[in-house]
Amino acid sequence: MPHTTPSSLSRRRFLGVVSVAGLGTAVLTSCGDSDSGGGTDSQGRTVFEWWHIQTTEPGKHLWPEQAKAYEKAHPDVKIKLVPLENDAFKAKMTALVGTGKLPDLYNTWGGGVLKQQVDAGLTEDLTDQVKDWIGDLLPASRKAYEFDGKTYAIPVDIGAVGFWYNKALFKKAGIDTPPTTWSELLDTVRKLKATGITPIALAGKEKWPGMYYWAYLAIRLAGVDGMQKAADAKDFTGDDFVKAGEHLKELVDLKPFQKGFLGAAYPGPTGEAATMGNAKAAMELMGQWAPNVQKSEGKGIGHDLGFFPFPNVEGGKGKSTDVFGGGGGYALRKGGPKAALDFLKWFVGPDSDSRLVKEGGMIPVNTKAKDALTDPNLKAVFDLLNNSTAFQLYLDQAYPPAVGQEVNDSVAALIAGSKSPEQVARSITQVAKNQ
Amino acid sequence: MTSTQIKDAPPALGEAPRGGQDRNRRPLTRRARDWLTAFLFTVPGLALFLVFVAVPILYAAYVSFFKWGGFGSPSDFVGVDNFTRLFQDPVFLGDLWRGLLLVLLSLGLQLPFALAMAVLLNQKLRGRAVYRMLFFAPYVLSEVITGVLFSMIFAPDSGLADKVLGAVGLDGVGGLWFSGQSTVMATLFLVMTWKYFGFHMMLLLAGLQGIPPELTEAARIDGAGTWQRFRHITLPLLGPTIRLSVFLSVIGAIQLFDLVWVVTQGGPDHHSETMAVTMFQFGFKRYQMGYASAISIVMFLISFVFALFYQRFVLRRDTEGALTTMRGSR
Repeated sequence: MPHTTPSSLSRRRFLGVVSVAGLGTAVLTSCGDSDSGGGTDSQGRTVFEWWHIQTTEPGKHLWPEQAKAYEKAHPDVKIKLVPLENDAFKAKMTALVGTGKLPDLYNTWGGGVLKQQVDAGLTEDLTDQVKDWIGDLLPASRKAYEFDGKTYAIPVDIGAVGFWYNKALFKKAGIDTPPTTWSELLDTVRKLKATGITPIALAGKEKWPGMYYWAYLAIRLAGVDGMQKAADAKDFTGDDFVKAGEHLKELVDLKPFQKGFLGAAYPGPTGEAATMGNAKAAMELMGQWAPNVQKSEGKGIGHDLGFFPFPNVEGGKGKSTDVFGGGGGYALRKGGPKAALDFLKWFVGPDSDSRLVKEGGMIPVNTKAKDALTDPNLKAVFDLLNNSTAFQLYLDQAYPPAVGQEVNDSVAALIAGSKSPEQVARSITQVAKNQ
Repeated sequence: MTSTQIKDAPPALGEAPRGGQDRNRRPLTRRARDWLTAFLFTVPGLALFLVFVAVPILYAAYVSFFKWGGFGSPSDFVGVDNFTRLFQDPVFLGDLWRGLLLVLLSLGLQLPFALAMAVLLNQKLRGRAVYRMLFFAPYVLSEVITGVLFSMIFAPDSGLADKVLGAVGLDGVGGLWFSGQSTVMATLFLVMTWKYFGFHMMLLLAGLQGIPPELTEAARIDGAGTWQRFRHITLPLLGPTIRLSVFLSVIGAIQLFDLVWVVTQGGPDHHSETMAVTMFQFGFKRYQMGYASAISIVMFLISFVFALFYQRFVLRRDTEGALTTMRGSR
């Protein structure tokens, strides 16, 4: 036995080695094969599939309920819901785009990925069919789904990034009004630090929260138009982008972040959200979901929580009302059933959207549903969006995945001190050019 | 296990020829039938192996010569570009170095520690079954649970580790743990040791129990001291088990992924990234399948070459006679 045990084990292990090494690529290549056809069922109803990513509450029960409500009012339609977890959805879609056949109605974040699908001729042009009612929807919320003046998807969710701050801690440091310029923000950080308060909570492990700083600085300096130009030319080495890095470095040099921020996650009991929620840091730059996560991961700071837009940068081409954010929406496959679009029209209509706002904690995309919004913090985000002069979609959605990841990666390196502002601009450009 | 079963098993195989001359004398039809039987028995396994192991590996090798975003089929042939890029990428070169570091640490610290514990728990000791179970328990935990657990324990300031150190007056000793560029690898290795030493300890314990007590007894009567008995009896007889442990450690260190992914995602700033993490980043975050495949191929080759050489030169004497082959004398 002492001889056979090692041998059989090691052979099995050896095969294990071979298979594990192959596994990564097996997963890379073998994705879903689910059929995505719509049509008519035996009762003569129009059937269409609706692929969404609402796998957590409240969307988990709201989505099916809304679908039921629509079916009740339209007995000739049957909606087949296909809920998928975020990453699983992305993987399946990647595989489906390869086959050239998309689900009837599917989740999209717009930007680069939707553009690829449009260019491949897989997505329905909705421009003419929605022109009568699309004006009800917030312009900022529609931006991500419009290319060359044409509409390819309908927004359902919208949000924006800004500073969430702890009013009590600001007061303690003797700060009465939130900063409106970058140098004021730096002063605020200095004052907080002098009072012994951690100025900013940051999830360094996840990289994307750090990217928000660089991206917003770039938006303020280059303007949304400048961002678009850089993306089109695949060149981010311009002065504005280098300066964005330099400004971020000014902030990083003040050491404003909590101890061990490089290893901190966003959720979790020691993450960024909990640090804010437990009043251990004075502010964070985060999207509209921040108050909820602060409450679920930490204690939440209730009425002490305030919101201010990302400050203006002196000499920048952007305005302080230019907004950085994103949301989610639904697109129709090329030649998809009309009933699916009719359902979407109803889904984002005033009544349905009011319900999504009240019960789903979402920010209204339909301006007629804005009265349903009561939360003062979300109202602040809504006002920001409603008054926005320009809108920049999240970079990892606006750009090809590799470029978005390189922005995250390089900015994380800048924050960790291993890349200079010029190197960040150069790395991003290099990856963009390689696409 | 397999070898003994096959030896006793069906007559067609059981009556296999003894030596080369025998074989030549046997009728051709009989030999063909032997081969057919053997073939039929291996078909299911072989088919699975081909579909789930060989084909994906070959496909990965194919993809690694393309620039491919995962859309459609790969069409942008770039030759060995992915590989040249790979060996110029400081992150990947760092991966190689960190892999080597983990291998060296595993062999230099983790295994001797496991061996020491195994020897200790092989003694007559009150409650040794409890100790064995305790030390083995971490191995049973999933990597993800271990990761979440230790990211909480090593949370700077608020974590258990810093609290305990603070409570015994060692406030300054703790620190950034997983969050520091210079401390992350050491912390990671600490967790790896906690998780895996129990497994190696169990292996070695099993090996120790296979050593006949008469040998040690005889040596004692001959006047050999404790160290001499360990050095000249236990260690050589434990050879096969140790060689296996080394093999598993090395392969495990090369392929480390889940623990790192859960705890640091390779951070801070790539300081704990491994080859598998880099592969995941490029494959599933950046959708650069060609480049990710190139990484997986390099990983595969390193493991494969190591496994082959190790089997050929180190494990050979342990496996001699235990492997069933269709040739030679049995």
